Amino acid sequence: MLLQADGVSKSYAGVHALRGVSFELRAGEVHALVGENGAGKSTLIKVFTGAVAPDSGRISIEGQRVEENTPAKAHALGIAAIYQHPALFPELTVAENLALRLEGRSLWRPIRWRARRTRARALLAQIGARIDPDAEVRTLSMPEQQMVEIACALGAEAKIVIMDEPTASLPAQEVESLFRAVRELRQRGAGIVYISHRLEELPQIADRVTVLRDGCSVETRAIADIDRATLIRMMVGRELSAVFPKSEVPIGETVLETRGLGCRASALRDVNLTVRAGEILGIAGLVGSGRTELADTLFGLTPADRGEIILRGQKQTLHSPADAIRLGFGYVPEDRQRHGVIPPMPISENTTLACLTRFSRGGLIDFKLEREVASDLAARLSTKMASIFAPVSSLSGGNQQKVALSRWLATAPKILILDEPTQGIDIGAKAEVHRLMVELAGAGMAIVMISSELPEIFGMSDRIAVMSHGTIAAVLDRAEATQQRVLALALQGTQ
Amino acid sequence: MTGRYGREISTAIALAAVLVAVAVAAPQFYGARNLQQILINNTPVLIVAIGMTMVILVGQIDISVGSQFAIASVVAGLAAQTGVPIFIAGLAGMIAGAAMGVVNAALIAGAGIPSIVVTLATMVALRDVLRWTTQGRWVQNLPPAFQWAGFGQTSGEILITLITSVLFLAVAWALGNLPAGRALYATGSDAEAARLAGIRPARVVFFVFVVMGLLTGLAAALNAIRFSEVQSNAGAGVELKTIAAVVVGGASITGGRATLIGTLLGVLLLGIIGPALTFAGINAFWEKAIQGLIILAAVVADARGKARARVVPNR
Repeated sequence: MLLQADGVSKSYAGVHALRGVSFELRAGEVHALVGENGAGKSTLIKVFTGAVAPDSGRISIEGQRVEENTPAKAHALGIAAIYQHPALFPELTVAENLALRLEGRSLWRPIRWRARRTRARALLAQIGARIDPDAEVRTLSMPEQQMVEIACALGAEAKIVIMDEPTASLPAQEVESLFRAVRELRQRGAGIVYISHRLEELPQIADRVTVLRDGCSVETRAIADIDRATLIRMMVGRELSAVFPKSEVPIGETVLETRGLGCRASALRDVNLTVRAGEILGIAGLVGSGRTELADTLFGLTPADRGEIILRGQKQTLHSPADAIRLGFGYVPEDRQRHGVIPPMPISENTTLACLTRFSRGGLIDFKLEREVASDLAARLSTKMASIFAPVSSLSGGNQQKVALSRWLATAPKILILDEPTQGIDIGAKAEVHRLMVELAGAGMAIVMISSELPEIFGMSDRIAVMSHGTIAAVLDRAEATQQRVLALALQGTQ
Repeated sequence: MTGRYGREISTAIALAAVLVAVAVAAPQFYGARNLQQILINNTPVLIVAIGMTMVILVGQIDISVGSQFAIASVVAGLAAQTGVPIFIAGLAGMIAGAAMGVVNAALIAGAGIPSIVVTLATMVALRDVLRWTTQGRWVQNLPPAFQWAGFGQTSGEILITLITSVLFLAVAWALGNLPAGRALYATGSDAEAARLAGIRPARVVFFVFVVMGLLTGLAAALNAIRFSEVQSNAGAGVELKTIAAVVVGGASITGGRATLIGTLLGVLLLGIIGPALTFAGINAFWEKAIQGLIILAAVVADARGKARARVVPNR
């Protein structure tokens, strides 16, 4: 047994990322690791590579227990990780990049350029990559950079190679040459942990598969014994446990419609959707499927270069968030710490920032009105704070999110876009955010909610749009949507 | 936590300490004429520093203000030579400053080039254009109404002080009370978050650099009328003096935090060191060293404040 994990648990601030996960990797096998967003795949990898210390459980490599794993230790033990976005130095050549990882660190030994180049060429040849060792990495395509990473793992004689979604950004024809390289590694007796959302490619490359769900390892099977539908069922396989306050509200007329919306810069294409007053449209999809890109385009952050945005029957062009706000959009972005609020600014000022002119009398800020409105909203959202003048950075994550929301309540938007509105906030705050969403929809607001949590999507949405590869794969009604169906749509390959 | 204005209070304490030390070591420093002189000498620096406070507040820097100052001085002088009213000559200096501000603004906010690079280039280029056109000659043969705007020294000094004070109060008030002031703080704190809140950071930055040029032009004109001739190398080192004053006044060099009262304290603190040393009979060479130490202390305080902010719980 090359690598063995037993009962590995890890929690972040009370949220269980891993709960007693067990996993084993044999020499000479490709072991696929699959699961939904947030199932714990990334955390498990981080435990293997020493980036994260588990709270409990043990890891052994070739029967030897690994105590206090660190990245340096993992490296020394022969673990190499290859990520979706290669971690190479773009300004250095291929040979130099390989040398940085493979050669000993000595500041005073002269560089043997010829040997360095020969070695790089040999490694690249072994995995069948036709790449010039003297090319600067920034001139290489993404697949070529992946190949350099693999050559690196080969050169390091890594026993355990972890590949995190290596094919996510590869076109189909490049995938095969990557697989050839992976098979080469396997032939040499390395064990490969292979993470992918492309379930259809697993039979071609993997020997066994382990399914993670909600931080637990569900099952490990030989890939030959399992089909795609079963895999998806294993990945979902849970009941909707949380209770959502979603109630039926009368759905009004269409507020927002897009026709063939696209944006070359963010690879968003051909998005057709409608949102009606009082409706919550859930947007599901994998990370990287274009959900946030869609929100950014609707809000004018990355303006659309194709298609139309129609608001209450009128075609509109949005060049900036300022345009979007004027037209009645509100947007709580995913990365609230950086962009949803301005942390050093007081709660009151954060609340009024998006509609300052409304809080002004004769061109001057009306501090009394600002304080009143901000206090009212904080009370309505039960934001826990020392004072309305405290900086937002002094609040907990959930309360910061409430301030981000209150900013848009102050503008009274017609359409509110929420990107992962409850990510990383505690259960209590989460329930309050959900309750508020229902209240707003009841008051006739159209809400677009992006979420990686399927229970939240199912619990809160009237309709569910599933995104995949930069476009909407399907829009399902609440009644016809099942978790299997949503996941199958999200996971579908490029047509 | 020392509260929201902790940095300004620290600077005020440092200023008070220096004033007390001078009172003990060289009480003659407190002569009315000397204080007046220090005040009037520092008015141009303060006016430029007001603009620099806004520039640093939005997370930018302008090191071309010294060159802008020189050109605006010469423009005002040349305008006065033609015999136009002194008020018009001053306006010409301000327009010249604003025009140079537009150049910086277009390159920084329009083309998106980092302000340190743009203003380094304009600093050198503007200085050389001036040297080439004036051949180093001063602007002489100015009409008698030029110096002190024809009011005589006492009234002229009062006029300059008055203009500076009104400007200072107006900008300080605007930063706190106008939505535009709030937009400056938001842009400097996090331009992307400001954009998401519907502010247009590029416009904010453009505006700030134009105002910077305008204020530099005003400072240059008010400085020029203190003399009977206009030097073609006026304003040398103004960029360093003003950036130092803003930083000493508690501004964060990375933007988002600055107050005008802090800048005033910074200008005063750095401005009295030189005269105070002279009165205390200490070699004036120490002036730069002490100023350097004060700046260093301010930057360290800024960095420590940020490090503390980073470990605030519940992020």
